[in-house]
This record gives sequence, structure tokens and C-alpha cells, in this order.
Amino acid sequence: MSPADTLRFASRAALGYPLRSALMVLAMSIGVAAVVMLTALGDGARRYVVEEFSALGANLLIVLPGRTETGGVNPGSFVSSTPRDLTNDDAAALLRLPLVLRVAPLTVGNSEISVGGRLREVMVVGTSADYLDIRGFGVASGQFLPREDFGRASAVAVIGETIRAELFGNQNAIGRMIRLGDHRLRVIGTMGPAGRGLGMNSDELVLVPVATAQAMFNTGALFRIMVETRGREALAPAQRQLEDLLKARRDGEFDFTVITQDAVLGTFDRILGALTLGVAGIAAISLAVAGILVMNVMLVAVTQRTGEIGLLKALGASGRAIRLAFLTEAGLLSLAGALAGFALGHAGAWAIRLAFPALPAWPPDWAVAAAVGTALGTGLLFGVMPARRAAALDPVQALMKR
Amino acid sequence: MAQIELDGIDRIFQLGDSQVHALRDVALHIEAGEYVAVMGPSGSGKSTLLNLLGLLDRPNAGHYRLEGRDVTTLSADEQAAVRSARIGFVFQSFHLVPRLTAAENVALPLMLAGIPAHERASRVARALRDFGLEGRAHHRPDELSGGQRQRVAIARATIMRPALLLADEPTGNLDRATGQEVTALLEDLNAAGMTLIVVTHDPTMGERARRRVLMEDGAIREDLRRSPEPA
Repeated sequence: MSPADTLRFASRAALGYPLRSALMVLAMSIGVAAVVMLTALGDGARRYVVEEFSALGANLLIVLPGRTETGGVNPGSFVSSTPRDLTNDDAAALLRLPLVLRVAPLTVGNSEISVGGRLREVMVVGTSADYLDIRGFGVASGQFLPREDFGRASAVAVIGETIRAELFGNQNAIGRMIRLGDHRLRVIGTMGPAGRGLGMNSDELVLVPVATAQAMFNTGALFRIMVETRGREALAPAQRQLEDLLKARRDGEFDFTVITQDAVLGTFDRILGALTLGVAGIAAISLAVAGILVMNVMLVAVTQRTGEIGLLKALGASGRAIRLAFLTEAGLLSLAGALAGFALGHAGAWAIRLAFPALPAWPPDWAVAAAVGTALGTGLLFGVMPARRAAALDPVQALMKR
Repeated sequence: MAQIELDGIDRIFQLGDSQVHALRDVALHIEAGEYVAVMGPSGSGKSTLLNLLGLLDRPNAGHYRLEGRDVTTLSADEQAAVRSARIGFVFQSFHLVPRLTAAENVALPLMLAGIPAHERASRVARALRDFGLEGRAHHRPDELSGGQRQRVAIARATIMRPALLLADEPTGNLDRATGQEVTALLEDLNAAGMTLIVVTHDPTMGERARRRVLMEDGAIREDLRRSPEPA
């Protein structure tokens, strides 16, 4: 039997029993679609988080006061036991490092803002001009904080979109005075609609120069220092330089922590990657179930067509020809199921993207390839057994059954 | 050398604990071109004999030489090749593949033998014409009458031009008129040189055969030859 004849015979046989074939294609396509859609969902979640983080800026080092690591005795241990604060001078010193592009000291607190009798609680962020670029925010009108010495407490503020709308409505906010706690500040700019970034929403912030915030909260300490390096490859050497510098500035004591965007990102990436794999595993099980269904259907096909197999044998078909015919049939049905599932899965992923535009629910290529491959694999594998059974049938016995 | 030589053939079926001797020590020689009717009551082993002759079944003991070649020891696929080239089958219940058209059913043995499609088409068309089925080529079996179905089956059995045609109750499912029609067709093929072996209950069909083998309890009881009828 020539390959073309085998193919034609198998496809005619598959079409000859529409209900059985449709059931099998359906099972297979649901399996494949499950893999495609679930991995699209998992991978979409992963990509979403990764994007959230990269919105923060990719070449970022974040310096936190304090250290949770256990270390040995060093000269600093005799001077103090509590971690020293990070200060504006530290931030200014970091800016002089050759690999550092931008530095934004950060002081955060809550305060009351009032304009003409309107009052509300706001989050106040004390920072510097570079914060805008580090976070990738945009100014809607006016200007951002002036580029000046970190120690200078200018009486200016930049307000978020929501704050502006609530306090000033349709009026122009630029140049107006606001009261923030005990301080009177002039509004010099308003922020554009918030960019994404880890739930920290610029819409409801009031940004002031760092020294102004420190005066307001009566502290000399910084909450964080954000450091942007010159390019991604400068990240590691910059971190070393930064650590050396800060250590030198605090009598050799390592009482601060430097985290990189990459480390956080990598962790999340790994967690969500594992999630995607887990989801893919669940989907793979559904594929295996579909494969077993294929085997069942093919076994039924063999039983149903026992008489036909006997006849083919009587007409001179070799075991090989019959095996090939049934295997081709299983392969064709699996292929149809895999393709239908591929289309169905992509349609489902598209529907997810439509329903949740924020989630980039694209199925990863490896998952699609694995799904289609597994579908064909299980289909053929589970097709082998019925095919072998069909070929091994005794011609007389097969002919008797009718 | 006879075309078919059976010697000491035993066929035993295991049914639960009991053994059933379907054939006991059967010896039979059939020359090329003979017309043999195998007759006997149900369970006498005539169908088993036909299955053995058609290489659909293997004897438990004895030798079967087909055209001088011992075929009992061949592998399943070698036997399939012999069936494909030398043996045609006609069954009582036709055994047509229901989803295939008449032409496709007739073409099956050619396809299984790996004969290219264009050659198949012409041979199938000729066979259908020979058996008066040209208008029915694209009908499926359920759209054909019983007689037409059996003619399709005979066309299929002879499309490979086998040396041996085996028919198991070929008229069993047909009315008298179509039965006679089919019998005449088979006899024409025999007249053209094909060895014809028919298993039948029908005494009139048995009468027509030049040689009658009567079976009883798995053994050949009588082997009657009729002298060639006067021309």
C-alpha cells in the first residue's frame, strides 16, 4: 500500500465515523487549548510583574539604611551599635561616583494639605530633581523640583493629578500657595497621569525638595536613596563602588543594604516562571487524558471495524499495512485536534487579553510547541496499541465478527 | 502436480475444556481449473476447510501445498502476499466496506497490492463493465441491491486475476433469480480457467459443479466427479 493510499484510506475511515472522530478531535483540542490558554495566563502574569518592575527603571540600585546580616567585630562596632541613618550628604557623595548617573534621596511621610479651607491627608515624598527621570514620571504642567543642593529646603511643591483635581478643580494650580503641615509651599508643577509602578501612584503624591520634607518631619534621615547607574553593565561595579564609598563614610561599618532591581525582578521572575510551569503541568495532564481518550476511541474503532480488518487481511493486506492505516488515522485525528486546539487556545488567549487589557496573555512559544507536540505524540503513541491489536487480529476470527 | 494438495489436515478448536475436531485427517487434491462444490450439514467443517484453503486459518497438523509450495509454514505476511496474488474470496454476507463506493471496494485489493492509482482506475472500470456495474461505480453498498453487492464482491475477488476463487455460500443471502445470476457469473469465471471452490447448502448449485465433496464430522465422506457434460 503506497503512502498516498494509506493516507487516503485513513482519512476516509476517519470521516466515515463522524461522531467518533469529532469526539476525539474535541478531546484533543480541549487538551491543547487548555495548555495554550493556561500558559498564556501564567506567562501573562509573569510578564505583567516584570513590566511593573521595569517601569521603575532598569539600572537602579536602591540603598536602604540598616543591615540584617550578621558580621564580625569591626572598628565601627565600638562607636555605635545602631545603624546610622542615610543622609543627604551620603546621597550627594554618591552622585560624585563616576558610574552613577542620577541620585534621588527619598524621605516619605504623611501630612495634611490644605488650600483655601480644603483639607486632605496626603503622602509627602521628599526627593530631588532626578526622581522624575529615575521613575519615568511625566510633568503635566509647570516644572518639576528644581535642580539644587540636597540640603536646600526650597518652599516649593509638585502635586499629583488627583490632588490637583480635588484641591483646585478647574483652576490653574501653578503658582498657588498650599499649606503642607506647618509649611507654606508654592505649587510649581503638576504630575501627569500616573505611570505604572508597583502600586506607588504619583496621582496622590505631593513631591517636595528632600530638605523641605526633612524639616517638615523633623528628621535628618533618608528613607531610601535611589541610584541610577550609567547602563546595565555598570550595575555591579557601581554597586561595589557605592558600598565602598558608604562604608568609608561610616567608619567601615556596613550598616546599609543595597538591593538591585535585577535581584527583585529575578526572584519574581523565578516565582512566576515556576507558576507558569505548574500551570503547564496541570495542562499537560489534561493532554495526557486526551491522549488516553484517543486510545480508547481508536480501540473502539478497531473493535467496530474488526470485520473490515478481517476483510482487508483476506484481500491480502499485510500486518504492516493495517498497522500503518490505523496509526495514520490516529495521527490525522490528533493533528486535527492539535490544530483545532491551537486555534481555540489562541482565541481564548485573545479573549483574555480583551477582558484584561493590562495582562499581556500571550502563550509562550515553548508551551504552544509542547502542547501541539504532546498532542501528536500521545495521539500516535496511544494509536500504536490499537493499531498493533488490529494488525494482530486473526483473519478468520476478524471476519466472523460482523 | 495438482494445484491444491491437502494431506493429513487436522484442525482442532479449543472450546473451553472440550476440543472440537473441525477437520480430521483431510486429504484433498484439486487440479487447476476445477469446479468443486463442498457440501455437507452445518458443523461438518466445510467452512473451516475453505478458510484453510484461503490461508485465513492454519491447520494443527498436516501439509497444504498450493501450486507446489508448502504454504502452511509461511509467516502471516507471506500468507497475506499469497492471498493477494493467488486467491479471491466471495462471502455470503458480501463483506463490502460500507463507507467506500463500489469502485473503491473493487479497487481495494489493487490498492493493498500497491498498484498505482491510474492503473487501478482503468482496471476497476473494466471490471465494473464486465460485471454490468458501470452505472453503479459511485454508489455505496447500502445503495445497491443484493445481487449488485455480490457482483461488486465478485469483481473485487477477481480484480487481481487470482488462480483460485473461493466462495462461501455466495448465494446464501440472495433470492433464487439473483442467486442463479451470481452462480452463472462464477461459472463463467471458472470456464475462463479460474479454479472455483464453492461451499454451499444449495443442492441445485451442488448439482451444477463437476465435482462434489461431501463432508460430515470434519471428514470427507464422498468425493464425486461428474463426467464432463456433453457439449
